Order: sequence, then structure tokens, then C-alpha cells
Amino acid sequence: MNGTLFHLWYIPALPFAGFLINGILGRRLSRALVTTIALLAPLSSFLAVIGNAYGFFGSMPMPASLPILETCPLPWIALPGLHVDFTFVLDQLSLVMLLVVTGVGFLIHVYSVGYMHGDPGYARYFSYLNLFLFFMTTLVLAGNVLLMFVGWEGVGLASYLLIGFWFQKPSAAAAGKKAFIVNRIGDFGFLIGVFLLLATFGTLSFSEIASKLAASPMWTGGVLTAICLCLLAGAAGKSAQLPLYVWLPDAMEGPTPVSALIHAATMVTAGVYMIARTHFLFDRAPLALGTVAIVGAATALFAATIGLAQNDIKRVLAYSTISQLGYMFLACGVAAYSAAIFHLVTHAFFKALLFLAAGSVIHAMGGEQDMRKMGGLRKKLPVTFWTMTVAVFTIAGFWPLAAFYSKDALLYAAFVHGAGGKFLWFVGLVTAMLTALYMFRLWYMTFFGELRTADAHPHESPWSMRAPLIVLALLSICGGWIGIERFSSYLAPSVGLHPAVSSFPHLELILTILAVLFALEGWLIADKYYRRKTERPAQLAAAMPAEYKLLANKYYVDEFYDARLVKPLFWVSQYVLGWVVDFAILGGIAWLLAGIANLSGAILQRWQSGNLRSYAAWLTLGAAALLLFVLLGHHFVEPSRMMVNLVRGR
Amino acid sequence: MSFMQHDVPLTWYLLLSAVLFSLGVVGFLIKRNLITVFMSIELMLNAVNLSFVAFAYQWHAVKGQIFVFFVMMVAAAEAAVGLAIIIAVFRTRATLSVDRIDLMKL
Repeated sequence: MNGTLFHLWYIPALPFAGFLINGILGRRLSRALVTTIALLAPLSSFLAVIGNAYGFFGSMPMPASLPILETCPLPWIALPGLHVDFTFVLDQLSLVMLLVVTGVGFLIHVYSVGYMHGDPGYARYFSYLNLFLFFMTTLVLAGNVLLMFVGWEGVGLASYLLIGFWFQKPSAAAAGKKAFIVNRIGDFGFLIGVFLLLATFGTLSFSEIASKLAASPMWTGGVLTAICLCLLAGAAGKSAQLPLYVWLPDAMEGPTPVSALIHAATMVTAGVYMIARTHFLFDRAPLALGTVAIVGAATALFAATIGLAQNDIKRVLAYSTISQLGYMFLACGVAAYSAAIFHLVTHAFFKALLFLAAGSVIHAMGGEQDMRKMGGLRKKLPVTFWTMTVAVFTIAGFWPLAAFYSKDALLYAAFVHGAGGKFLWFVGLVTAMLTALYMFRLWYMTFFGELRTADAHPHESPWSMRAPLIVLALLSICGGWIGIERFSSYLAPSVGLHPAVSSFPHLELILTILAVLFALEGWLIADKYYRRKTERPAQLAAAMPAEYKLLANKYYVDEFYDARLVKPLFWVSQYVLGWVVDFAILGGIAWLLAGIANLSGAILQRWQSGNLRSYAAWLTLGAAALLLFVLLGHHFVEPSRMMVNLVRGR
Repeated sequence: MSFMQHDVPLTWYLLLSAVLFSLGVVGFLIKRNLITVFMSIELMLNAVNLSFVAFAYQWHAVKGQIFVFFVMMVAAAEAAVGLAIIIAVFRTRATLSVDRIDLMKL
């Protein structure tokens, strides 16, 4: 292709090298060397992406269709009817995603140096983090569904390892298992989708599937709907959408930088990325696309309401992440993929910032995560406070911060999307108000008022943690200034054009003002309840105990799953599979075979008397029998041969 | 050499060989002394040797005689090893009765 471009495989290979070095030798290397390797891996990967981006924009004008740059470093599977290679594709979509993954990833690596400095598993932590970057870049660069699936499973593995990083804590180990198992449910759907794709198209390459679809423009619905629904199941598992979102709040058991990188900025957006990547399939399956929109809108509202009643600072952010991912799904569902990716990028900035700032707060409080014990941290943690303020105003959607542009774009796209779009837009609007409410609640509870515990001595975090906060705050402010028009025309070759067209000229402005007013309303409510009349929330909770308990207990979804799915599964595993299948059937067969062997052994054992002369007698008898057979054998063989001939009719 | 050619037919040699072999088998089976058993084995081997030589002479084929040399060589090696084992057994167990040497029992 273009000689000035770097080889694409540098991008995943460098973090993998970091993983190997720190994973194998990390315990023997000095801490400074571990840090250097751990930071060099994402930094060099980021620089490789920048180099590729430079070469990419250098080769203007850009070709209009996939693939922009397709390299195939290694053949993988070559069978009749199935041909899959390790193909990497760099186009506008994967370039944006790579910049986010490696850029935000590098910042979070820097932050981790300060956050994890005293941890005994320092090298292990960074090797896992590098492993995650390796799989995530593989997922993003993958040029076919199967390679994407490899990256997909790989990030799941890295997520499992990092959630359970403090595995001595039983809750962390359980949360890791829960994340892994819930993701398996979604991945099962993804895998079925892959098989259906292979059966339908005979290929797994994105570009070949796209060109085959382009060759038959009338082909919609049917098997395409089935494929898209299967892929949606995978995306809903990875991106924590209804009904598979339950793993993400528990995933907060991992170290906070991990929550920022994996469970906010990058991995959980893989589902959105996958839908955008396979948008040519979803465009032909209106039913599946509608399902995506409904799932997204429902998740956005549902998670936002739960976020209102949580007291753990990280859990509030976790439900906020689920809610924002719902926004992205909503945008995908109205075929506004560029708006979804736009929100993905700004969300990566401000949500990583929120988590890192929350991590800074937790660090300052000596590990305390309960907001009811915080308060008044504004003076003690000035950098954390100001960066957190930027993030809170960004997520609430105030002008001119990043999420203002992206949320506005996707709500507008929903509004102009047919009749159902108005409803989706309204849900999004209500969610925007709730978002502002729970974020300002967090802000007030953490930074205002008086410190509500005596045994904490807050102190500002080290520079390695403050610097990423400041960079991410700047990105959260400026990240949206590119504007949706320029962004979607940039992404158009990858995901198609933004379909938003309206006959009413000032519609977008009106919708924008409405959204900001709703966010302002959320702020005012939070201001009233959590700054001016701090006793009101408790009174309200006492006045409506049933509703409050419903929210505080997260709609009892975990309890419902436990009673209706997990317990019956355990029952089936223990009694049907464990006792009947394993113990009775499989164990019975094994016991029977062993019994036969034992019995025949006991009989044959009598032969082995140890008496030399009895052996000799048997030997002689055998020789005599052989001799007899040689002499008289034909008398026994001949009649049977005659019988055979008789049967054959000769 | 004419007496062999004319007076003693092949059958007699084979009969003698069979008788010697059977004596060896019977001795092998009924004798209790390990050395006697060993000698019975030698008797069987030599009975076979006799039939080999007789056939070789009858068919003017030298292969049978070569085979006999091989058998004698193997028998010599076997005698050396076997007698060493017998001495070792006698030293440790102070008996040569095969009925009492039954350590191979399970």
C-alpha cells in the first residue's frame, strides 16, 4: 500500500511485548524498570497510531470505500469453504478508536503509576494492563469477524484478571467470575452470529461481506435480522446493556484505573464499535436496528434511575457508564453511527476523567468509597476538585463542553428518526436530566459541606495522578469542538452518512436549548437537595420507603437473576448433572468397567501360580494344541468354508 | 559312508529325535531338581538338532547344519547364564526344588 506507513502489527505487538516482559520477569526487575516498560508499551503503540494517522492523512484524497489499508501479516485458517487470515484494517473508524484506546490508555497507565505505587502486585498489574491493550487494539484493527472475536474474548480475559486483581478479597474474585460468566452469555450469541455469517456469506471478512451486500441491494431482513440480533446479544453483554448489564457495577471491585480504562473508556464501548463496524448488516435489518434503539433507550433510563440512589462513588459512575452506553446504543439504533462514535470518544474522555478523579478522591480518603462519609474535599484536593467539576459539567451536557456536542447530536438524530424517534428522544431527554441530577449529587456529597468522617486525612495525589487528570480535563473541554458535521463527514467512508435531515431549520437549536434546560433542572434539584437542604433526601426516602428501597436495591435485578436463573442452574448442576449424569451414569459406567476388569483379573490370577512346572505344563499343552491344529486343522476349517460357499450360492 | 545312505533311512533319525524330545519334555515336566530340568531342556534342543542335521543330509542343504551351529551357540550361552542363576538361587535359598522356587507368584 503506502510505503510511508508503519506496519500495523506494531500497534498490538508492542503492548504484548510489555505484557511478556513484565509478566515473566516483572518480579525480579526493579520498580523503575517495570514502570518504564509498562509506560513505553502504550506510548510507543500510541506513537505508532499517530504515525499511521499521519501517513493516512498524507495519502489524500482518501478512497471512499473499505478497505483503506488492509494488511495480512499471517495466514491463519485455510480450509475449503473457510478462509480466515490475521487481517488488520485501518480505516477512519478504527483510527478514531485506536487513538482513543492507546491515548487514553497511556494516560491511565501514567495515572496507575501513582495509584498502584505501594501494591505488591505492581508488575502483575501492569502486565495485565498491557495485555488488555494488546487485545483491545487487536479487536479494533481486526479485518474479519473471527479475529475481532479473538480480541473480544481477550479483553474479556484481561477484564476478568483485573477485576479480580485483589483476588484475596472474596467479593473481588466473585465479581471477576460474574463478569466473565455474564459475558459468556452474550458471547454465545456473538458466536452464533459468526456461524450464521459464515453460512450465509461464506466469508468472515468485513469488506467482503459489505461488497456482497452491496451487490444485492434488495436483500433485507430474514437471516440478516437473525445475524444482527445474535451480534446484538454479544454487544449487549460486552457493553453492559439490558438485560446483561449486571456485571458492570460489580466490576468496580477492581482497581480504579482499571474501571476507568476497561469499564468506562474502552472495553465496554466495544459493543458500540462492533455495531458500527458491521453497520452494513444492521442497515439491512430494520427490526434488529429498532431493537438496538429500544435496548439502548431502556438501559439509559433504567441505569440513570438506579444511579440516583447509590452511595458508593464508583457505583454511581458505573451506572452512569451503563446509562451513557445506552445513549450510544440509542444512536446506533437510529442509524446515526457517527453520532454514536462521537459520543463514544467524548465519553471516553469525560468518563475516564470521572473515574480517575474518583480514584484520586478514594486515594485521598485512604480507600473509603462511601460518599456519605466524604464531604468538604474542595479545599483539600483542589486539582481533583476542578478536574472533577469539568467532568461533571461535561457529562451533564453544558455548553461548550464535549458531551454537549455529542449528546446533542445523538438526541437530534433520534428526534428526526421517524415516529418512534420522538419517544426515544424524550427518554433521552429525561435521562439527561437524571444524569445531571445524580452527577451533581455526587459532586455536592463529595466536595461540599463538611467532612463526615473523623478517621481520614485527605491529601492531594502525586503528580503522576494529577497530570493525566489535567490532560483529560482539557480533552473533555475541547473534545467536542470538532462538531458533528465535520466528524460525520470524516467517518462517512466507514459508517455511511449521518441521515439527519430536517425541514424545520431551527429545530436543532430548539432541541439543544431544551436539553440544556433539562440538565439545568437536574442541577437545580441536586443543588436544592444536597447543598441547601441536606436533610430533605432522607425525609423523601422516609416518605416513599417502597420506591427508595426499589432504587437503592437496584430494582432487585440481581436478586431476581439469582432466584430465577442462578439458583435453578445450580440445582440442575448439582442434582441433574452432578448426581444423575456424573455420579450415576458416568460413574456407573466406570464402576462397571472396573468391576469387569477386577473379576476377570481374579479369575485369570489363578493361572499365575508361581509354580514353574505348571507354567511348563501349560506351555507344552499349548505347543501340543498348535501341533494338533497344524496336523488336523483342515478338517475343522474346510466345513466352515463350505458353509460360506453354500450361503453365497455356489 | 554308504551305510547311512542305504541302511538307515531318514525316518529312523526322526523317530530317534522325537523320542529324545519327548524324554526331554517329560523330564522337564516331572523332575523337581532344577539341574535335571535344565538338562532336559538341553536334551530337547539336541533332539531338534538331530532332526535338523538329518534333514540337511537328506536334502543336501547346508542351511540345516548352519542352524544347528546357531542352536548350539545359544545353548552354550544359555547354559552359562542358567548355571549362574542356579548357583545364585542355591546360595540364597539353599534348595534346588522347582516347587519351592515360586517367587513369581502374584
